[in-house]
Amino acid sequence: MRRGAAVRGTGWLWLAPVVLAAALLFGSAVGETPIPLSTVVAVLASKAGLPAGVLDPVDASVIWHYRLSRAVVAACVGASLALSGLILQALLRNALAEPYLLGISAGASTGAVAVAVAGFGAGMVSMSAGAFAGALVAFGLVTILARAAQGTGVQTTGIIILAGIAGSQMFNAMTALIIAQSASAEQARGIMFWLLGNLSGVRWPDIRMALPMTLLGLGVALWHVRTLDAFTFGADSAAALGIDVRRAQAMLIGTTALVTAVMVSIAGAIGFVGLVVPHAMRFLVGVRHARLVPATALAGAVFLVLSDVVSRIVIPGQVLPIGVITALVGAPAFAVVMIRGRQR
Amino acid sequence: MSDTPILELVGVTRRVQGRDLVSDVSLHLRAGEMLGVIGPNGSGKSTLLNMMAGLLPPTRGQVRLAGQPMVRLRRQQIAQQLAMVSQAAETGERISVRDAVELGRTPWLGPLWPWSARDDEAVQAALQAVGMEQMAARDWSTLSGGERQRVHIARAHAQAPRILLLDEPTNHLDIHHQIGILDLVSQLSVTTVIALHDMHHALRCDRVMVMQSGRCVALGAPLDVLTPALIREIFAVDAQLIAHPAGRLPLFAFQRLA
Repeated sequence: MRRGAAVRGTGWLWLAPVVLAAALLFGSAVGETPIPLSTVVAVLASKAGLPAGVLDPVDASVIWHYRLSRAVVAACVGASLALSGLILQALLRNALAEPYLLGISAGASTGAVAVAVAGFGAGMVSMSAGAFAGALVAFGLVTILARAAQGTGVQTTGIIILAGIAGSQMFNAMTALIIAQSASAEQARGIMFWLLGNLSGVRWPDIRMALPMTLLGLGVALWHVRTLDAFTFGADSAAALGIDVRRAQAMLIGTTALVTAVMVSIAGAIGFVGLVVPHAMRFLVGVRHARLVPATALAGAVFLVLSDVVSRIVIPGQVLPIGVITALVGAPAFAVVMIRGRQR
Repeated sequence: MSDTPILELVGVTRRVQGRDLVSDVSLHLRAGEMLGVIGPNGSGKSTLLNMMAGLLPPTRGQVRLAGQPMVRLRRQQIAQQLAMVSQAAETGERISVRDAVELGRTPWLGPLWPWSARDDEAVQAALQAVGMEQMAARDWSTLSGGERQRVHIARAHAQAPRILLLDEPTNHLDIHHQIGILDLVSQLSVTTVIALHDMHHALRCDRVMVMQSGRCVALGAPLDVLTPALIREIFAVDAQLIAHPAGRLPLFAFQRLA
């Protein structure tokens, strides 16, 4: 009886690093040319300065420079997007909320592309800043549109999603416009591929952006687990429970926009991760955020690492954009969530 | 005990789009009393309760909680002293009864003040107070309207407030549950403000405040306030007070004005 709510049901957490490590190793081993897990482990051991015997330099290079960095970034992007979806669902009281469907990813894409094409010192940092600005503008516009459309007869939960879709379309059109007007043909090809969500260009330096942002998002979410719970019966109820609603919303939505923006500038707009993963985790660990936040971060990481593996092997000799894989899983999940929501 | 009222409204007005939803209401809430707020639909009961809870700022006037202006208190400080049960707060989440009641501990917890045995005790006591300890594991979606309202009251109870505000807690409940909720509320040993529709329910309060178009038109002991003349004026019905055959609270007989 003395078990507290904060720790109840979190005993599985020690497994998290093990599961994550397994996913990363798997992601490093599988690809066009499969490399045995033992070789992957040996390469990592040698990088850590441990004796690892003689290694094929090509294998070592593929694993270290290509696959492992890619898997780590995939894990970061997956964890961040899943957490963003979870936070937005809790705050907006909307089971379908996630950065992609709310137009935040599209806004971030437009911001990032504008910076990349216009070339205001086109480093990853300035691209992320552009993406952040775009994400905030998109969320602001979508919220205003949803507010304005309230009372037009569309069910309230549907309004913000519709507004998000309208926002996405507009920002995608703006992105296309910027590309058509300013980018060279080669630039355009690269950007279009990246827009669909793509981890091909990812290297170690990207991790320096991705990992701290993921940890920031996770930290902010963990700090606010009780706040997120308090929104169970809506914002007014949260306020009555002692939550400073405006501050909490600004903090959490700001973090969500920032983290999503950075992930979009690294890997493009990958959809549905924020929808599929939190719902699957609610099913597994329940609705309390003390459990849901770590579970969602872990599952998001694993989900995207595995999606990336699938994107590399499903068509031999060709790498699909990872956004295609997540959409193939996510769109049906969207339908399921929508239908289940109707039955309530 | 000091003379500082536990909750005080000083000329409180809430104006929205040029219309006063609540107009110049003043009130000293007495510690331990049960105050009923009664009035027709749209008379400003909910708005008044939301201002008492600090959820809506008054356009003019001031709300003071234990002598402190409400606007200067942090939300968490308010929630440690005052709990609110709103109308039909709903969720689509698959939470259990215990989960919902545990939410009441939110103002007493923080990232650095984790859940403790004290919180478990408060939740257990709250579940017992509403007679739901056997149903703690039940899913929210499986509860009836009356059960949900009990859980909301248990959540407010777990908040360990000095003041409990209830906005029409008996709405949409059948008569059995209406009386059950009122019995429950009157047994809780906190100062209570309860917005009500039913004048029979208002008779059970220590004091009654009658609202009309945002104004407080009467405040006092139920039988002093709820006179046939006032009821006729406010609710546009003829009312006759009839003694209860078994000597309990009197009854009203209503008739629509011709």
